Amino acid sequence: MSTPPFEGRARVFGDDINTDTIITSRRKRESLDPQMLRQYLFEELDPSLAASFLPGDIIVAGKNFGCGSAMEVAVTAVVGAGIHAVVAQSFSRTYYRNAINNGLLPVICDTRSIREGDRIVVASEAGDEQLLTVHNVRTGKSIPAGAMPRIMLDILRAGGLVPYFREHSDFRV
Amino acid sequence: MAGKTISEKILSAKAGQDFRAGDVVVCQVDYAMGTDGSVPMALDYFNAMGGTRVFDPNRMVFALDHYAPAPSRAASQFHQRMRDFAAVHGIPLWEVGEGIGHQLIVESGRAVPGSLVVGADSHAVTYGALNSFATGIGSSDLAAIMISGRIWLRVPESIRIALTGNMPRGVYPKDIALTLAKELGADGATYRALEFCGPALEMLDVEDRLVLSNFAVEMGAKNGIFPADSRTLEYLDGRASGPFEPVTPDKDAHYIREITLALDQLAPQVALPHKVDQVVSIGQAAGTPVQMVYLGTCTGGRVRDFHQALTVLKAGGGPARGVQLVVTPASREVLETLTRDGTLAEFIAMGSVIVTPGCGSCCGTCGAIPGDGVNVISTANRNFKGRMGNGNAAIYLASPATCAAAAVRGKIADPREVQV
Repeated sequence: MSTPPFEGRARVFGDDINTDTIITSRRKRESLDPQMLRQYLFEELDPSLAASFLPGDIIVAGKNFGCGSAMEVAVTAVVGAGIHAVVAQSFSRTYYRNAINNGLLPVICDTRSIREGDRIVVASEAGDEQLLTVHNVRTGKSIPAGAMPRIMLDILRAGGLVPYFREHSDFRV
Repeated sequence: MAGKTISEKILSAKAGQDFRAGDVVVCQVDYAMGTDGSVPMALDYFNAMGGTRVFDPNRMVFALDHYAPAPSRAASQFHQRMRDFAAVHGIPLWEVGEGIGHQLIVESGRAVPGSLVVGADSHAVTYGALNSFATGIGSSDLAAIMISGRIWLRVPESIRIALTGNMPRGVYPKDIALTLAKELGADGATYRALEFCGPALEMLDVEDRLVLSNFAVEMGAKNGIFPADSRTLEYLDGRASGPFEPVTPDKDAHYIREITLALDQLAPQVALPHKVDQVVSIGQAAGTPVQMVYLGTCTGGRVRDFHQALTVLKAGGGPARGVQLVVTPASREVLETLTRDGTLAEFIAMGSVIVTPGCGSCCGTCGAIPGDGVNVISTANRNFKGRMGNGNAAIYLASPATCAAAAVRGKIADPREVQV
């Protein structure tokens, strides 16, 4: 997995993107297969959007990304599309948790200067892997991101909660 | 050092050590609930994690509520898989028709003061009404609890919501919830606990409080918790799953924000499509035509909600022509009560569509799906585009009384004008 740095094309969304917008509840009623579900990503916004995602794209959003339902397919469908990181001003707590548990890196920072199609690099700061920065190649500027608690970083570095639990069979703090 | 909030106290107790907001703790879970919307995926995680046995099956419970009854072969197969797993591991399971898992957690007395109860569904926050620390999780966290009995949590900072005064005529707990959503915004309480207090709590019984706790997640909150008082104890009398100790906040507890809401100043509220925090007073929404009125869900599907709606419907002479009135009780217990007291018969006589107790079409997975161009007014908690299964419908959220007034007039209307 799943540890930075990640470099990719920014795919920009607005505020309050809820999980039903990411993938509708009625799709998960018929299948939980991420490769099936990825075809319907963001279909309520634009049915052609899903096909435009390339592996390595980075989702960039405003505040409260992943609000609403706690359904985990809203993360696994994104992971299924080959996306390794979501960068947002803020996340709903359930999306944030589910992202970490599935090895999808959630990054909290000021995303207002990032435009659709920008090349961005998400990287750890030298000497402190808990601190992340988002570098925008177009503007040449780096945006500082918040620190991530140890247990979240451990789960992410393991590749998600499945490999973490296969190794530990419990939580370690 | 400052005292502790209710949330800090409960999570400290469950972690077996003194903790404060901001700390990351590993806690023993008292109960964990999963639904047909989350358990099938949790079983995949359980297997992938190498799970073989369930830590304590009696602390788990499965609810078949999102696809009730199953509208497709795939959904039915999810149910079958859950039944098989529950039977093998001895996990209690609520069958199709028994109701919404959240309502059943409350009715069955699993959420008691001081407990930590999680649900693999965002509206698990509902149980905070009973002085329980209750929050929503995903399927992978549920699988980890099935294996270990434990969960890691970050202890949340708390926002104190003080409620004062009496609700005036025509104003209901849903109007308080919508007002808070307007005040805080859809992310105003992200990662935070809402802790309710104030003299108005005396007037709010458990059914009323459930509405407010349920709505906490629409402001991003991790949980929405009430203190326990005589109404809590009265509700739990004969229901509580075990002994409990009410948890009160310390007088010098630290809150990152304090909001006082004078209930006597409130008017009926409506959330406009497609955002829960796009809330206006009834006057600014009145006149919008509606074709479907939805009474139900874990926010507004309890006995009191149907009574409030029926009172307005009867005062106004029943639903207008061209309005589909959908009734989805939150549980079989609610349905039985409505049957016994004659409420159900009155709804049937009005031509209502009666749907199996469960989540119904709240999230568009079964039940009555609105058509293109249809305006729905609903007692639910979410009005996202496509939420009820059709992105070409528009959803308004309001109290049962305001929904009933809209049914009477065929357009959004002030319940105080219908029930004079």
